[in-house]
Amino acid sequence: MPQVKDYKDIVGQSVIDELFAIGEKSRDLKIQHVNSTAVGGGVAEILTRLVPMMNELGVQARWDVIKGGEKFFAITKKMHNALHGVPETFTDDDWAHFMEVDRENARSMNFDNNVVFIHDPQPIGLVEQREHLDNKWVWRCHIDFSEPRENVWLFLKDFIERFDGAIFSAPAFSRPLKTKQFLISPSIDPLSDKNKDLSDDFVRDIFDRFGIDRKRPVVTQISRFDYLKDPVGVIKAYRLVKRYIDCQLVLAGGGATDDPEGEKVLSEVREAANGDRDVFVLLLPPSSDVEINALQRGSTVVLQKSLREGFGLTVAEAMWKSRPVIASAVGGIPLQIKHKYNGILTHSIEGTAYWIKQLINEPNYARELARNGKEHIRQNFLITRHLRDYLLLSLSLFHDKDIVYL
Amino acid sequence: MEITPFEFKSRLVLTELLGRRAATLPELVEGIRSVPLSSIYHHTHRFLQQHHFLSPEPPNDFAYWVTNMLNDEIAGEKLASIDVTQFLKLSDLRQRFLILMEEYLGTAINVNRQSPEGEEFHFMSSRIFVVPTGKIAGNIKEFRDFLKVVSIHSIYFHMFEAKLRLEKGDNDFSIWLRSAGKEEEAEQISRLDPYTFTLEGLRERLLKIVNNATS
Repeated sequence: MPQVKDYKDIVGQSVIDELFAIGEKSRDLKIQHVNSTAVGGGVAEILTRLVPMMNELGVQARWDVIKGGEKFFAITKKMHNALHGVPETFTDDDWAHFMEVDRENARSMNFDNNVVFIHDPQPIGLVEQREHLDNKWVWRCHIDFSEPRENVWLFLKDFIERFDGAIFSAPAFSRPLKTKQFLISPSIDPLSDKNKDLSDDFVRDIFDRFGIDRKRPVVTQISRFDYLKDPVGVIKAYRLVKRYIDCQLVLAGGGATDDPEGEKVLSEVREAANGDRDVFVLLLPPSSDVEINALQRGSTVVLQKSLREGFGLTVAEAMWKSRPVIASAVGGIPLQIKHKYNGILTHSIEGTAYWIKQLINEPNYARELARNGKEHIRQNFLITRHLRDYLLLSLSLFHDKDIVYL
Repeated sequence: MEITPFEFKSRLVLTELLGRRAATLPELVEGIRSVPLSSIYHHTHRFLQQHHFLSPEPPNDFAYWVTNMLNDEIAGEKLASIDVTQFLKLSDLRQRFLILMEEYLGTAINVNRQSPEGEEFHFMSSRIFVVPTGKIAGNIKEFRDFLKVVSIHSIYFHMFEAKLRLEKGDNDFSIWLRSAGKEEEAEQISRLDPYTFTLEGLRERLLKIVNNATS
C-alpha cells in the first residue's frame, strides 16, 4: 500500500511537508471512524486509504464497521432514498428497529478516542453514547442532502444536533442547524488500483476481454446499478447519439453489501438494452478496480448522468485520467466540473446526447476540457487534501478561534 | 546591519458552512450585513485559492453569483468592481459592499428576482491554521531561495492573509524587506495588485523583484 511520501511526484514536496507538519501537531489525537460497510461504495474506499495514512502521520486512527441484518439495511436504504427526496413511508417499527440495531452495536463497541467520525445515517444512533463520554463527535454526511423528505429529516436532525460538528460534501447540503457545519469534499486516491497509471497494452487487453471494439467510440458510465444514477436514461441518450455516430455504450459497476435494490435495477437496465450488441452491461465483482480503471482510460467520453449524487467521485476519477466528462449538475458534481471549462454539465437526456456527439466529433476541444479537468482534480480532489481536511477538522474541535496557530 | 530573520509560515484552510442561503439580492445583502467577517474574507478570496492556476481570476463570489445566477449584470459589475487591494480592514470591505448594494437597491427595479432552484448563494466562512514551514531566512539570498520553493499557500498567507485578515496594514514580505533596508523592493511589492495574478505568477513576480535586491 502506498505511503504518504509516495504522493510527492503527484502533489509536490510542499504538500507532503505540510501533511507531516500537521501530523506532528496531531500526535495526541486518537481518531475513530465508524460506517456500515467494509467494502463497496465510496465511503469504504476512502477509509481503506485514509485510516492507514493518518496512522503514518502519527495520529492513532482506527475504523469500525457496524453490523445489521437485511431488515436494517432495507430501512437504511429507504432512509437513503428519502434523503434524496424520494417519498418513502416509515413505520414506528422501522425507527424502533433502526435504533435497536445501533444500540446493540454500541454495546459491543469502544469509543475511547478523542474524536469519533460517524459516517452517514446508518450508525448515527451511536451518538447516544456521547453523553457518557468526554470526547468530540462528528457526523460525516456523504449523501446529497439538499431536499430530504421531512419524515427522515426530523428523525435525523435530532441526532445531528447532538454532534460537535457535521460535515457535508457540498454547500447546498448545509441547513440551519445548532451544530457547526463544515465543507469537506471527498477525494480519489491517484495511487489506488482504480486510479493508478496503466499501460496501453493492459487497457487494450481489458477491452478485448469484454469484447469492446476500441476502433469505434466508447461512451462509458461507471456506477453501481441504482435508480439515482439513471442508467436507463444513459441508454436513451446513447440511442439518440447512435442515430448519427456508430458508438458503443459501457455501463459498468459493482454492488455494495448495503444496497438490496441493485439486482432489480440491473434487470431493468438489461431490458432497456434490448439485446443491442453495442451496449455492454457489466456487473463487476468488488475486486474489479483495475478493470474499472482500464474502462475509464480507454473510453472516448465518460458520463455520470445521476439524478442525485452525494458527490459523484466517478467524475473525479475520469477527470484524473484525462477523459472528457459529461455529468449532471447535481450534488457535488458542479464543484468538480466548471461547465465548458473542464467538463460538461447537463440537465437532460437530450442535452447529454447533444454533448456526447460534440465531444466525439471535436476531439481537440474534448482534450482541452480533459487537460483542465486533470489539473482541477490535482489541486482540489486528491486524497492528500482530504487527509489534511480531516486532521484540521479534528484539531479545530479543540480550538474556538477562526485563526489557529499550530 | 542586523536583520531579523524571516520565518516562512504556511496556512491551511478549513471551510465552514454557515447554514444560511440567499435566493434574491436583498437576501444576499442581508447576509453580507450579518455574517462574521471571516465569511466576507472567504467569499472575496475563495476563487483565488481554488483556481489559483487559472488566470484571469474570477472576481468575488458575490459578483459571480449575482451576475450568473440572478442574471443582474449591473449589480454584478458593481460588486466585481470593488478593489479589494485598497482595503486594510474587513469591516471596511463589508461596508463598501453594503453601501454599493443599498444604493443600487434604492434605484433599481425588479430587485427581487430569484436564483434558479438549487443555485442559491450559500454563505461560508473559513477557519485558518497557520503552520511553520521550518524555513527561516537570515538574509535576502536565503529569503529568495526559500521563496522559490515554499508552497503557494505560504505565499498566499504572507501576501493576502497577513494584510487583510490579520490587518497588518501591508503584506509580510514588504514589512520584512523594509526592516532589512530594502525600501525600494518593499515598495514595489506593496504596490502590486496581487489579485490579478495566479499564485505561481505572483511567485515569479516576487522573485524578479527580490532578485534585484540580491544583485
